[in-house]
Amino acid sequence: MNRVLPVLTVLAGIVVIWYAASVWMNATWVFDQAERAGTTVTWAEVIPQTMNQDRPLLPPPHQVGAELWKGLAGQAVTSKRSLVYHGFVTFKGTMMGFGLGIVAGVLLAMAIVRFRVMDMSVMPWAIISQTVPIVALAPMIITLSSQLGLTDRDVPKAIIAAYLSFFPVLVSMVKGLRAPDQMQLDLLRTYGASEGETFLKLRLPASMPYFFASLKVAVAASLVGTIVGELPTGAIEGLGARMLIGSQFGEPLIMWASLFAAAILAGLLIVIVGFVERLARKRMGVPG
Amino acid sequence: MTFLVVALVVWLALWALNVWIAGSPLSKARAGKLMVPLIFGVAVLVLWEGLVRGLEVSFVILPPPSAIAAKIGASLPVLWQDAAQTILKGAIPGFLIGCGSAVLVAIAIDRSPFLQRGLLPIGNFVAALPIVGLAPILVMWFGFDWQSKAAVVVAMVFFPMLVNTVAGLQASERMQRDLMATWGASYLQTLVKLRLPAAMPFLFNGLKIASTLALIGAIVAEFFGSPTYGMGFRISTEVGRLGLDMVWAEIAVAALAGSLLYGIVSLIERWVTFWHPSQRH
Repeated sequence: MNRVLPVLTVLAGIVVIWYAASVWMNATWVFDQAERAGTTVTWAEVIPQTMNQDRPLLPPPHQVGAELWKGLAGQAVTSKRSLVYHGFVTFKGTMMGFGLGIVAGVLLAMAIVRFRVMDMSVMPWAIISQTVPIVALAPMIITLSSQLGLTDRDVPKAIIAAYLSFFPVLVSMVKGLRAPDQMQLDLLRTYGASEGETFLKLRLPASMPYFFASLKVAVAASLVGTIVGELPTGAIEGLGARMLIGSQFGEPLIMWASLFAAAILAGLLIVIVGFVERLARKRMGVPG
Repeated sequence: MTFLVVALVVWLALWALNVWIAGSPLSKARAGKLMVPLIFGVAVLVLWEGLVRGLEVSFVILPPPSAIAAKIGASLPVLWQDAAQTILKGAIPGFLIGCGSAVLVAIAIDRSPFLQRGLLPIGNFVAALPIVGLAPILVMWFGFDWQSKAAVVVAMVFFPMLVNTVAGLQASERMQRDLMATWGASYLQTLVKLRLPAAMPFLFNGLKIASTLALIGAIVAEFFGSPTYGMGFRISTEVGRLGLDMVWAEIAVAALAGSLLYGIVSLIERWVTFWHPSQRH
């Protein structure tokens, strides 16, 4: 209870502020309508009218909630209007990018820890690569892959997602693979362990806590990358594409509903990764 | 074919040079540490140029670095105008407003552990959300010019910064706070003289994350509507026209600006948190 109550209080505060803001922002439209009709309205009349406009500037929470519910449960999950369907497309892209990012990050980290020249030449560029705004590359990656004959829209999305998610994995794995201290390395040498054995039996297990800690960051980054990959490309499926459609057709409710669907997806992904982490820790015999 | 062979040979030679430097005593020196990544960068450019020319890759797939450099040289005014619009007017004001307000909010809720316990999990969660999705909504609210870009940046940097600042303000140790109390220091004195300085490493961590997010936000927001200049606008229109050399030129500018912003933040960090173990050499 100690943690739930403050969170609920803050959430309630956010909802109150949200309602106030939506009254304030949507009131302009009501006043405009009244002026056009040549009538005057009092605030008591305005407030109900700000609560269920078709195209509100800021939809109040209950409208977003209703639209979200309609999108999630209102139709068959295979329907093009279903947020579950679009959410699944985004989820697929996220997972592909996440997997690709993990493989790239781990392999690069292994090479960097093993070869000093890799550490010196690649690591600075890996850091610089993250200061390049990936979204600048997104439209180009998409044209590039269509030029190369890849009509599948999942590939460019996955590349963008992987670009964002490999970095946290790389940094943590470099740290993790270097975590064993000299004493432990020396011990393995006295056992006559080969380099491969040292890697498998000492370095890899030692890096696992770092690895899982980075996964939570990486999965969130991967989702951001997938949605960014869907935004500027005229994609027709996925939560990012839904937002784009909402923006182009002036349907704020669609935008807000898909934004919240993306938030729910992010929450789910983080919970799942946390669960896998606990499972793996238990199997590897880590206490707690 | 000759291009390809020459490029491969140069690549191998430069790589061998790097291996030699990394194995020699030079690798401990500052010059060696700087040279190796630079040589690697040059080697990548050479290989890129050689592959594109040697394999005759179509221009619309991947222009060679020389063509990109020529384009940058030929269109400096346009690039400057785009960068000024996106970075100076969109990203930097948004970065300053977002980070500044996050720090102020963190200090404001500092005296209420109740609010902190409530806000921290929510802030952590929101910091992991794809906030860029707000871009179309904010463009609808604030119009096509830089105000909407700055607003997107504010929304993106606020929560990571808030979470880091709140964590930083809790970083001073019990013992140190007790010491301040025995000296009869007021809340404000403790805050200014102990807790804010102790929070600086966390603050700069947040600022570094925010500096890369700021550019992403400003560029993405331009995909949803902008004046007829700006980096995001230029990229999306040039991709449509298959003017890939211009796209790469903008990317080079974005990379330069991103690294510069990050570098400036790191420099100030080194200057402010000189006492922190990670800054000692």
